[in-house]
Amino acid sequence: MDLAAFTFDILLPALMQGLIITLQLIACSAPFGLAFGIAIAVGRQYGGGAISWLCKTFVFLIKGTPLLLLLFILYFGFPAIGITFTAFTASVVGFILCNAAYNAEYIRGALISIKDGQMIAAQALGMTRWQAIRHVVLPQALRRAIPGLSNEFIYLIKYSSLAYMITVIELSGAGKLVATKYFLYTESFAAVGIVYLVLVTITTVAVNILEKRVAIPGTTRGTTAAQL
Amino acid sequence: MNNDIVLRVEDIHKSFGDNEVLRGVSFDVRRGETKVFIGPSGTGKSTLLRCINQLTPPDRGRVWLDGEEVTNSGARINYFRQKIGMVFQNFFLFDHLTALKNVELALLKVRGMGKAEAREKALNELRQVGMEDWADHYPAELSGGQAQRVSIARALAMDPDVILFDEPTSALDPELTREVLEVMKKLAGEGMTMLVVTHEMGFACSVANEVLFMENGVVAEQGTPDQLLHDPQYTRMKDFIGRIDSRLGD
Ligand SMILES: Nc1ncnc2c1ncn2[C@@H]1O[C@H](COP(=O)(O)OP(=O)(O)O)[C@@H](O)[C@H]1O
Ligand SMILES: [Mg+2]
Repeated sequence: MDLAAFTFDILLPALMQGLIITLQLIACSAPFGLAFGIAIAVGRQYGGGAISWLCKTFVFLIKGTPLLLLLFILYFGFPAIGITFTAFTASVVGFILCNAAYNAEYIRGALISIKDGQMIAAQALGMTRWQAIRHVVLPQALRRAIPGLSNEFIYLIKYSSLAYMITVIELSGAGKLVATKYFLYTESFAAVGIVYLVLVTITTVAVNILEKRVAIPGTTRGTTAAQL
Repeated sequence: MNNDIVLRVEDIHKSFGDNEVLRGVSFDVRRGETKVFIGPSGTGKSTLLRCINQLTPPDRGRVWLDGEEVTNSGARINYFRQKIGMVFQNFFLFDHLTALKNVELALLKVRGMGKAEAREKALNELRQVGMEDWADHYPAELSGGQAQRVSIARALAMDPDVILFDEPTSALDPELTREVLEVMKKLAGEGMTMLVVTHEMGFACSVANEVLFMENGVVAEQGTPDQLLHDPQYTRMKDFIGRIDSRLGD
């Protein structure tokens, strides 16, 4: 079989199937990872007492656990306590937990960077603490967290390949299967690498556009590099 | 000016750790009155204003607005804070919102006003402070004087019974100071009740009904601007004013 036939008839169709699974993993994980990340950051920063401690402990535990181990626990360990996930669900749950914990750290950093005066002025107008967080502090903090959050999203694209270790045939897994079956390791893995690179490139461009769109006029972040 | 008391401040005490900042401050504010607070920095003027709207809850003492107790009012404090406007030295405009949205936000979220009504009211308040042409600009695009005027409009939008000004012009150069003081004079003339912490003695003498001199956490002397200028008994206040004047003269 020549290389062209291998590439177009075997490798690309297999990678396309894997890519669809990878995109599904990301699409199911990222929105919840962001939502929980916001909730955990706000809970830790403003929850006080027990809530703050819980959020802090959650982040600590997730940061301290290798993601692969977390996936093993969810997929192989949880059936022992009566919770059985499909491999896909176990992966998504693991990715959400991991993504949320790291997102929470980026968002918390951004929350801390918003000056106290914003909260004070909001409360002086009669807003509750929650209203002040929701309408004044968070919208500013999330803008500042974009670089960190996008970095974490890019990690998610790449660590989604760990799902293969618990039998989900996503992009990397599809590449591995083809490579071992046809003994064409270099070609297969190079192709897989290029697909990840394309995904990361698209993300980077999308984030740049997003950052420009939400930039606050008059601030340095709102000024394009050319104007600086 | 009517004689009814809109704000009553009764024996306010506040300490931060061992630092006894307020040691029993009391005064009454009549509707339409402007009281000016002066005094060396660190004597608790900002703390006093924050104790009034409970941003800093006092250790002891009470605050009354229109006969209702503001201290110990629980969740109702958010109602009182609408009625007690506050303007800060560093403006504290919401950085991510345009001037218009800064004024609108609390109307929408706190007062529960509809969009069209809130917008109209916000534009109207901006007009009051001469900032309607800047409605769509963000805080970072405004001069300090413009930003402070927007923050005054933001306080006005809640239809407050009294506005607390904490050194509203101290972050501004003389020209911008003048434009903000003009707005404040206009408000005083229209009958707004105001408590103003400031070092602007010209403003104090022309607008204040009473000047209170604070020192070491108490009101050390108080009197009308006229008494302050002509009555020899106000020695400490005069000393202080002499010191800030000579500093300005440098
Ligand atoms: N949140 C706080 N925590 C601790 N000390 C404070 C706090 N706020 C004010 N202080 C202290 O209270 C004193 C009075 O401060 P302030 O009310 O700002 O005075 P003024 O406005 O008259 O300059 C100062 O010694 C200041 O350090
Ligand atoms: Mg002060």
